[in-house]
Amino acid sequence: MRRRARMDTERRTLGALFLGPAVLVLAALVGYPIIYTVWLSLHSADGRRFVGLRNYIDMFTADETRHAITNNVVWVVVAPTVVTVAGLILAVLSERVRMATALKTVLFMPMAISFLAAGVTFRLVYDESPDRGVLNAIIVAAHDTFSPRSPYPGARPRNGDLLTGTTDTGYRTVDPAVSGTPARLPLVGLAPDRVPRDAAPAAAATGAGLTGVVWLDFTRGGGGVANQPDLGERGLPGVTVEAWQDGRLIATTRSDVTGGFRFPGLTGGPYTIQLPANNFTQPYAGVSWLGPGLITPALIGSYIWIWAGFAMVLVSAGLSALPREALEAARVDGASEWQVFRRVTVPLVRPVLVVVLVTLIINVLKIFDLVYVLAPESSQPSANVVALQMYRVSFNRLDYGMGSALAVLLFILVLPAMLFNIRRLRRERP
Amino acid sequence: MTITPTAPPPVLVPAGTTARPPTTRRGLRAVLSRLGGTVINAVITLIALLWLVPTFGLFIASLRGTADNSASGWWTVFAQPSQLTLTNYENLLHNQNVLGSLWNTVLITVPSTVLVVVLGAFAAYALAWIDFPGRDWVFIVVVALIVVPVQVAILPDAKLFARIGIYGHIPAVVLFHVAFGLPFAVFLLRNFFIGIPRDLVDAARMDGAGEFTVFRRVAVPIAWPAVASLAIFQFLWVWNDLLVALVFSRAESAPITYALREQMRAFSSNVDVIGPGAFVSMLIPLTVFFSFQRYFVQGVLAGSVK
Repeated sequence: MRRRARMDTERRTLGALFLGPAVLVLAALVGYPIIYTVWLSLHSADGRRFVGLRNYIDMFTADETRHAITNNVVWVVVAPTVVTVAGLILAVLSERVRMATALKTVLFMPMAISFLAAGVTFRLVYDESPDRGVLNAIIVAAHDTFSPRSPYPGARPRNGDLLTGTTDTGYRTVDPAVSGTPARLPLVGLAPDRVPRDAAPAAAATGAGLTGVVWLDFTRGGGGVANQPDLGERGLPGVTVEAWQDGRLIATTRSDVTGGFRFPGLTGGPYTIQLPANNFTQPYAGVSWLGPGLITPALIGSYIWIWAGFAMVLVSAGLSALPREALEAARVDGASEWQVFRRVTVPLVRPVLVVVLVTLIINVLKIFDLVYVLAPESSQPSANVVALQMYRVSFNRLDYGMGSALAVLLFILVLPAMLFNIRRLRRERP
Repeated sequence: MTITPTAPPPVLVPAGTTARPPTTRRGLRAVLSRLGGTVINAVITLIALLWLVPTFGLFIASLRGTADNSASGWWTVFAQPSQLTLTNYENLLHNQNVLGSLWNTVLITVPSTVLVVVLGAFAAYALAWIDFPGRDWVFIVVVALIVVPVQVAILPDAKLFARIGIYGHIPAVVLFHVAFGLPFAVFLLRNFFIGIPRDLVDAARMDGAGEFTVFRRVAVPIAWPAVASLAIFQFLWVWNDLLVALVFSRAESAPITYALREQMRAFSSNVDVIGPGAFVSMLIPLTVFFSFQRYFVQGVLAGSVK
């Protein structure tokens, strides 16, 4: 008996030895700091004066914080749900399919890279210029298939002598045009490389009817006479030209390769020749993903890219543990695939879905890296979240009191998740 | 939380009949299973390709020159393969900043991982196999600590580190990572240690082995997969961290995430400087991921509360 008692004491000492270092580190670097942080949050920015709840009041009344909290709410409501659902759909889709493993690997890979690398990656994807960002490139290409680009965006008359109007209304001739005298419609404001290569030197069309020429009134290197087709100046083909009379549109045609156009049936005059605005509208430039308006959705998009794989793998594991018979029984009983999914699969896989959801919620509440890296300077205020706000306040403004208050806020936000975990643990303990 | 597949119970059929597999498949399921394979495989392939586009784009962009990157998209490379160049990576090799920070990352990540695994394993073993009063409460506290955000400890720890003179240096970063990596490590390993058959432990103890020997000879070998998962998870977690680095390191001790972030601030989104750097910073994690995929996935799954 004494030997056993001695061994027990030995064991307890050993227990302390085994546990000691870890407990020491945790107490010193986590436990005590939590208390200290709460203490700091009740003091002034430099930590000297006691200010009670002042920091908390300031925190909740400040627009910045309210905006950050709102963003966090948006994040928490949207991101975990979308990711979990995506994971569920992907897991169900790829169940028992050979390619499932490959898909899981590809989808899970983003979890291995840092949020910084992901941020850099998505800066490129979301780049506003359709010439750099793949997302806008696709959108602009799709848009342009349905409403083609204008031929000469930004072109305009040099002055009000021969042509007048605005980009929105189009340009029309100042002097009435009559058949027999070619109308001159000079335009500037076009980079020479925007003129098609096959455009010929500017010349009015010949023949009966109302004629004229649309050309780029710009001689390389200067010189030439304004509003006159000079040598070396090229016509603008493919411009839609309209002839109007008494406020009514009479005819439409297109300029040819020399920029000349002809309305064969029109004689006499006077007509007003008009170049409609859709010749000159700026091309569709895509969407400003990283701008203040769309930055949070854009961020959530990249978050989904990173975490969908995680959700899919977890749900897949859950699905593979489902008892087949329950599903088969339901099917034999005549349930449709959708009913089987809704009434049998989902309830059985619910525990896994809950774990995924809770993990993501905790993760999203603390989100920092992604927002800090992906959102450009100008969008940082719109993208702000509590963790980021805490960093800024503490290290840019050196307001330790407010920073600590924000840290406490963050802690309170994850408290429900913490209690949930503890409850789950105690329920599962043997 | 573990999900263990259960053995399928035998199919019950009324006496006198034989179990008939459902040969008639109705409605949507019939259509789906006929198209099924091909369509689903196609959809899955499409999704997989879609997922690879962002990383692929960055990779290609890092292989193009500055002028090309500003003027046209990386996808034009397929029409003009001559755009591809290794210049950016060459420049990277001469960039002391980036190289130094890569080395710092190693100096930070390896000790963090080792310390977390060692300290965590000892603590987990004690919580699993050494009986002492209050053991369960200690474990509950540890579990609670897993979700604690680092923000609540940053400021006090910064002051502490400053007082002992390591603030801004690598040991500070390492210590902080160890502290916040321990709760999960202890949780994961303890759950694993608990699963070791009692007889093994008792037998070893009966043989007169000291606790330390039991730990070394019985527990650790059995728990090896869990230790591996933990190590890899922790390794990647620390390698990819940004916030802790931002707070506790300075330019000389900065890991690669910090260095790249600084470059982004200086050069906005200058893809040719940042792209290669980001990609190189991804290489180690990706290598680790692909080599130890199963362990990493298990680590993440088990840690699915962090």
